[in-house]
Amino acid sequence: MQASRALLHPAAKPVLFVVALLPFAWLLVGALTNQLGANPAEHLIRATGDWTLRFLCLVLAVTPLRVISRTPALARFRRMLGLFVYFYAVLHLLSYSGFDMAFDLADIATDIAKRPFILVGFLVFLLLTPLAATSFNRAIRALGAARWKLLHKAVFGVAALAILHFFWMRAGKHDFAEVAVYAVILGGLLGWRLSRLMNKRDANPASFGLR
Amino acid sequence: MLIKSSASGFIHPVSSEITARPVYEDRRAMLRLLAGGAAGATLASWAARDALAQSSPYPRPGKLAVLNAGKSGVAGAMTMEKVTDYKDASTYNNFYEFGTDKSDPAKNAHTLKTTPWTVEIEGLVKKPARYALEDLLKLSTQEERIYRLRCVEGWSMVIPWVGYSLSELIKRVEPLGNAKYVEFVTQADPKTMPFVGSRVLDWPYVEGLRMDEAMHPLTLLSFGMYGEVLPRQNGAPVRLVVPWKYGFKSGKSLVKIRFVEKEPHTAWNKAAMQEYGFYSNVNPNVDHPRWSQATERRIGEDGLFAKKRKTLMFNGYEAQVGQLYAGMDLKKNF
Repeated sequence: MQASRALLHPAAKPVLFVVALLPFAWLLVGALTNQLGANPAEHLIRATGDWTLRFLCLVLAVTPLRVISRTPALARFRRMLGLFVYFYAVLHLLSYSGFDMAFDLADIATDIAKRPFILVGFLVFLLLTPLAATSFNRAIRALGAARWKLLHKAVFGVAALAILHFFWMRAGKHDFAEVAVYAVILGGLLGWRLSRLMNKRDANPASFGLR
Repeated sequence: MLIKSSASGFIHPVSSEITARPVYEDRRAMLRLLAGGAAGATLASWAARDALAQSSPYPRPGKLAVLNAGKSGVAGAMTMEKVTDYKDASTYNNFYEFGTDKSDPAKNAHTLKTTPWTVEIEGLVKKPARYALEDLLKLSTQEERIYRLRCVEGWSMVIPWVGYSLSELIKRVEPLGNAKYVEFVTQADPKTMPFVGSRVLDWPYVEGLRMDEAMHPLTLLSFGMYGEVLPRQNGAPVRLVVPWKYGFKSGKSLVKIRFVEKEPHTAWNKAAMQEYGFYSNVNPNVDHPRWSQATERRIGEDGLFAKKRKTLMFNGYEAQVGQLYAGMDLKKNF
C-alpha cells in the first residue's frame, strides 16, 4: 500500500518531528519579533495549552486510525506524539510559571491552592510526567509490558482532567464552544475504545483491556 | 436634532480631505529642517518654536475624526506614565457584545451604527431629556484626561481620553433629593452587535455608580481617545470612564442614564455576585475569588520576563477618591 510505504520510509519520523516543532518555532519567532498581540505573555500561555490539547487528541487518535484504516505502520508515531504532548505541557507550565508568576515558587503554590483550574492543570502535568519518563524501550522492559500498559492508561485520566482544566478556565466567560470541540473529539476517541472493548468482551470473555 | 456640520467632529470628511499619515508625520521633520536654517532667519525662529511645541505624549493615530480637547485642570487627571500604544488600546478589548475574545471587538464592532445616536436621561431628575450626540458633545468643554485603566483580569493600560466630567451633565438635569444612584444602560442591538443574546451576561449591559461617585470630577463622560473620536470597539460614540474602578464599571456605547433610589443591579454582579461587587474599586488587598489582584501587567511595557507591577489602591487615585469610602469596610463592599 502506497500510504504504508510512505509511513515506513526512514524520513517519516524526522519529518513528523520537524512538523510537530513548527508551532513551537512559530511562537518563538512571534515572541522574539513582538508579533503576539497586546499581551504576549497571555498569548504564549494559552497557545502552549492549546497545542498540548491538540497533540493529546492526535496521540489518542493513532490507535483508532490504525485499526479503522488497517494501517499498522501508524503505530510507529505514537510514542513521538505522546512525547510532544509532554513537550507542549512543559512549555505551558513554564510559560505560566515564568510569564504569569515570575518563577516565584511561593506565589505558584498559593495560586495552585487558590484556583481549582490551576490545581487540575498541575495534576495533569504530574500524571503526564511518569508517562514521559517511561517512554523509552528500557523502561518498558524494566516495567514489563503489562505494567507499562496499565501505567499508560493514565493518559485517559489526563484527557478528562485536561478538559476539566480548560472548562474551568473558560467558565468565567461562559464561553464553552472551543471546550466542547475538544471534549467531543477526546470523548469520541475514548468512546471508540470503550465500544471496542465491549465487543471484544462479548466475542472473547478471556481478553480484556483498553488499547 | 441639530443640523450637523463638519465642526461636530463626528462627520467623517471625504477621504481626500484627511491628511495622509506620512505627510502628517513628516510635518515635524520638515519644521525641524526649517528650524535648522534651511529657510530665512525669521522663518527659522518661528519654525523652531513650533517644533518645540510638540508636547503630545503619543502620536496621533490618524484613523478617525479628530476630537479637539483642552488640558484638564482636574486633580489626578493627567498621569505622566507612558501612554499605551493606540494599536494595543484599540485591539485588546473586552466588549462582550462583540465576542468574548479580546481580539473580537476590533474585528466585529464595525457593524455598530453610531449615527444617529441619542442618550436618554430619565428617572429621578427635574429635567429628563433626550440628548442627541451632537448636543451632548457640546454640553461642556472637551478635556483630555490621561488615566490608568486597570482591568479586573489583571492587566492595565494608560489611555488619553477625551471628554468632560459626568457631573457637568448631572448638574444640568438636576437630580431629585431621593436620587441616590446612577444607572448606565448601554446599547444592546442584536442586529449590529452579534453576541448580544449570548448567555454570558444579561443584556443590555448595565452598570451603576453611587451619586457621589458619579459626581466626582474624575468620573468622565468620554467621546474620544488619542485626540480622535472613540473607535467602536472602545465604546463609541459615548462611554463612561471611572479610573479608580475595574474597567468593567465603565459602560460603553451608552444609551440611557437613569437616576434611581436603589442600588442598580449591574451586569457582572448579576452574573457572579460573589466575584463582582457593586463597588469594584481597584484594591490590591481584596482578591478576586479566583485570582490575586495584588499585581498587574502593563500592556506593551512590562517585558515577558518582568515581574508584574504592584496594583495601587484605587488604581493610584486614592488621594482623589479615598474620602468617598471613609469608614466603609472595603472587604465587605468589594
